[in-house]
Amino acid sequence: MTSFPWLTVIGAVPLVGAVVLMLLPKGAAQAAKIVALLFSLVALGLVVALALQFNPDSAETFQFTEQHEWIKSFGISYALGVDGISLVLIALSAILVPLVIIGGWNDADSARGSVKAYFAWMLVLETLMIGVFAALDVFLFYVFFEAMLVPMYFLIGRYGGAQRSYAAIKFLLYSLLGGLLMLAALIGLYVVSGRELGEGTFNFEVLTQLNIDPGTQKFLFLGFFIAFAIKAPLWPFHTWLPDAAAEAPPSSAILLIGVLDKVGTFGMLRYCLPLFPAASQYYTPVILVMCVVGILYGALLAIGQTDIKRLIAYTSLSHFGFIALGIFAMTSQAQAGSAFYMVNHGFSTAALFLVAAFLMTRRGSSLISDFGGVGRVAPLLAGFFLVAGLSSLALPGMSSFVSEFLVLVGTFERYQVAAILATLGIVLAALYILWLYQRTMTGPVIDSCRSMSDLKAREVVAVAPLFVLIIGLGVFPQVALGVINPAVERTMTSVGASDPPPTVAAPVSAEGGR
Amino acid sequence: MTGLLSAVTISAPTVDYRQLGPVIIVLGMAVVSVLVEAFLPLKARRPTQVFLVFVALVAAFWWTVRLAGTSQLAAEGAVAVDGPGLVFQGLVLLTSIVAAFLIGERSVDPAGDAFTARASALPGTEDERQFSRKGWSQTEIWPLYLFCVGGMLLFVIANDLLMLFIALEVMSLPLYLFAGLARRRRLLSQEAAMKYFLLGAFSSAILLYGAAMLYGFAGTVEYAGIAEAMAGQAAPNGLLIAGMVLVAIGLLFKVAAVPFHQWAPDVYQGSPTPITAFMAVVVKIAAFGALFRFMYVALGGLRWDWRPMFWVIAILTMLVGAIFALTQTDMKRMLAYSSITHAGFLLIAVLATDQSGLSGAMIYLLAYAAATLGGFAVVTLVRDSGGEATHLSSWAGLGKRAPWLAAAYALFLLSFAGIPLTAGFIGKFAVFNAGIQGDAAPVVVVAAVASAIAAFFYLRVIVLMFFTDPSPDGPEVMVPSAFTGSVIGAGVVLTVLVGILPQPFIQLAEQASIFIR
Repeated sequence: MTSFPWLTVIGAVPLVGAVVLMLLPKGAAQAAKIVALLFSLVALGLVVALALQFNPDSAETFQFTEQHEWIKSFGISYALGVDGISLVLIALSAILVPLVIIGGWNDADSARGSVKAYFAWMLVLETLMIGVFAALDVFLFYVFFEAMLVPMYFLIGRYGGAQRSYAAIKFLLYSLLGGLLMLAALIGLYVVSGRELGEGTFNFEVLTQLNIDPGTQKFLFLGFFIAFAIKAPLWPFHTWLPDAAAEAPPSSAILLIGVLDKVGTFGMLRYCLPLFPAASQYYTPVILVMCVVGILYGALLAIGQTDIKRLIAYTSLSHFGFIALGIFAMTSQAQAGSAFYMVNHGFSTAALFLVAAFLMTRRGSSLISDFGGVGRVAPLLAGFFLVAGLSSLALPGMSSFVSEFLVLVGTFERYQVAAILATLGIVLAALYILWLYQRTMTGPVIDSCRSMSDLKAREVVAVAPLFVLIIGLGVFPQVALGVINPAVERTMTSVGASDPPPTVAAPVSAEGGR
Repeated sequence: MTGLLSAVTISAPTVDYRQLGPVIIVLGMAVVSVLVEAFLPLKARRPTQVFLVFVALVAAFWWTVRLAGTSQLAAEGAVAVDGPGLVFQGLVLLTSIVAAFLIGERSVDPAGDAFTARASALPGTEDERQFSRKGWSQTEIWPLYLFCVGGMLLFVIANDLLMLFIALEVMSLPLYLFAGLARRRRLLSQEAAMKYFLLGAFSSAILLYGAAMLYGFAGTVEYAGIAEAMAGQAAPNGLLIAGMVLVAIGLLFKVAAVPFHQWAPDVYQGSPTPITAFMAVVVKIAAFGALFRFMYVALGGLRWDWRPMFWVIAILTMLVGAIFALTQTDMKRMLAYSSITHAGFLLIAVLATDQSGLSGAMIYLLAYAAATLGGFAVVTLVRDSGGEATHLSSWAGLGKRAPWLAAAYALFLLSFAGIPLTAGFIGKFAVFNAGIQGDAAPVVVVAAVASAIAAFFYLRVIVLMFFTDPSPDGPEVMVPSAFTGSVIGAGVVLTVLVGILPQPFIQLAEQASIFIR
């Protein structure tokens, strides 16, 4: 591998940007936004450069690895590296940050905190997001995992809506409780490694080689899984999400749902399965039930929402159910689908939330009943809203369809009932998205929407790349799947799971999923 | 007659004074300081005293550093100068230097320092006003301070029960006085002193009673002798168990572990804030130093009997501290309960009964000391006309009025809450690690839950400072002078440094975590 510390540099760029922002003179709001955008674009450029050098067929599990001793006494090192799954998630973060900076250009203008601090927190968050996906040391992962809470806490608490401090505290406490249980499990894992190897370590690759006694695994798994299930969130740990998403400023909410929550599902795939294979198998039935309930419950609640932001938050609950379902179905198609789903969900939620945010800022309300017939006065906005919505309901041709299909097919191979029930979620998705569109965009124009302007150039710039990606990946999913598949296969091997033999016809391979 | 005498040769005890250097410097300077108090004119006393105190503490710290690597019994086995003893001495000295900055501060309160002008003047009388107007100050705090620190230096190296008791008394008596010396809200302060004195006297008596029982059991007061006597026992002895419990109670009182914590909130609230900081940090360090030595050296062989007791106490301390803190509306009381919770976390390290527990506790205490001293320094700066504005509501919107100060306080709170990249997280990690290594995983899980509860009240303060609007008639935020400012600065630097690069600190703690027996 190259000796250039790519991942460290990529992670450091936004952090440097945050420091620069804080050094800007007071009141330089406009300059702050531009500086923030520049730094996030530099980071994106570096990620693209990284992705181009990534070799999907490499024999090594992780590429671009870096390793330095950090806290020697506890066997902790600063170790970074990416496999296909973490690469696409890092790319997701790096793409979304500049877009939400453009899309949320004015999010912080009327808030009580300063504008430069808002964007500085956002850049800090980007650093931590990249770190959390790139960490190869479980302790380092935990540090990023927990540290991410602080910027998000301030983004919600200082810049959010009326109920912001309630939402911020609820978000933080939920996550912290999960995180602390994970800390206990993490230390347990370290102690186990110390007993088995003579010297404790947090190195992920070494830890996956351990032979942990199944009884211990069950406890350790729970510590990790609860933290991830709160983060993702899965039913019934989800109650913080609607509040946080509704109160956060839109650009932060997108990062929260689009990226931060992915850390939960990423953690299940990266840590829970390979570290605790026996426990993962043991708990699978319970988790599948949680997923299916989450898919249906989230979708039903989304249908019943009167607030656009909360509606989107509940749709995400349903989508996270799909992702976790695919992970624990333990077939390569389902897991590849889940990993791809994480990326697609990031893009489609970002698109939906951004367009919805443009809509809501124009009217100053997020209640569905405050809108009507917007399609006549702002056709471009309505069109984008529809496309984003269709992506969310996984219309064929969109990237989200590919991943949802893979998850369902992969799950069906092993758990038919779960797959069939989950398919109902797609039907419900059509209902909540189209009904939302119908109520806000079609019909007679209501008075308060009459003077609504259409999308401005800045807003188009923010969302257009997302549509390009959604449709592009829908048509050529191989770009992402080719990178994801080898990583998924390795996960499958380390869990000791293999795809069930075909029962009816030859299974559709992940590559040919469309 | 003469023949009989010559048969018994009485050898004079040999004392290697070099190893007692830090204690001798501090206590010797305390005596000088008393003389200064007696002979110097009023005006010259304060600067002289402050100078002498800093000289003594810094010199003692330097001496401690020079002693590094020593590991032997001194003064005929009465004290043990070993790794843990020296680390705890070093911690006590460092933190008491920092606390002395707070005690010496006299520019944040327009009326002078944090202490009453004349303790003998009745609160609210004409006398009191006159003394205040004349700008008198109670400079006796300085010799008392040195005696107290000297007592603590001895407390952490005491290797027999008598020395333990004497050191305990030397450190405690000045504390009782300190508690009653507040310049503002004097009745509250005097009440605190009274409570602290009565309960403290009880706990000292209990400790002494336990010491007597252990002597009855072992026929010696030396820790090593007790351990030896125990090794010969097949079944636990009643005297031994009772003595162990009573001495442990005396020590647990000092660390404010539940159910011996009742004094802490009242005393912390009533005492002058610099003294509260001193009690919350330095006294806690010293008490844990002594507790570790007693439980490990004297009673290490009995750990299967005392560990269950410590399980219960640790769990109670963490949960009661965290839950009661939730309901507090006064900043100092909240910090008092928070320090009780932290004592609970530290007890996990005690019950781990191995080296990782001891070194973990050292790291934890360092992290806790940095955040607590810094935190109380911030508390002294938020004032209204009646003195410090400690009601939580008056902290609303502090982030607007004094962003840097509020940010520093937020950092300390995050460290208390154990958020990664702060020292508090490393401390928590080290202690949890010790707990799981020591087969106390259930206690660690409770600790995780207690931390989450505790996080709530730390975050509530952050919410108040940053997410709510300041009230128009809110308190004034003083600009920190060099003294208080350097305390806050040191707290911030240490919190971040230990949070990000803990390896040297952990290494030092690990190297110094073997008791000499």
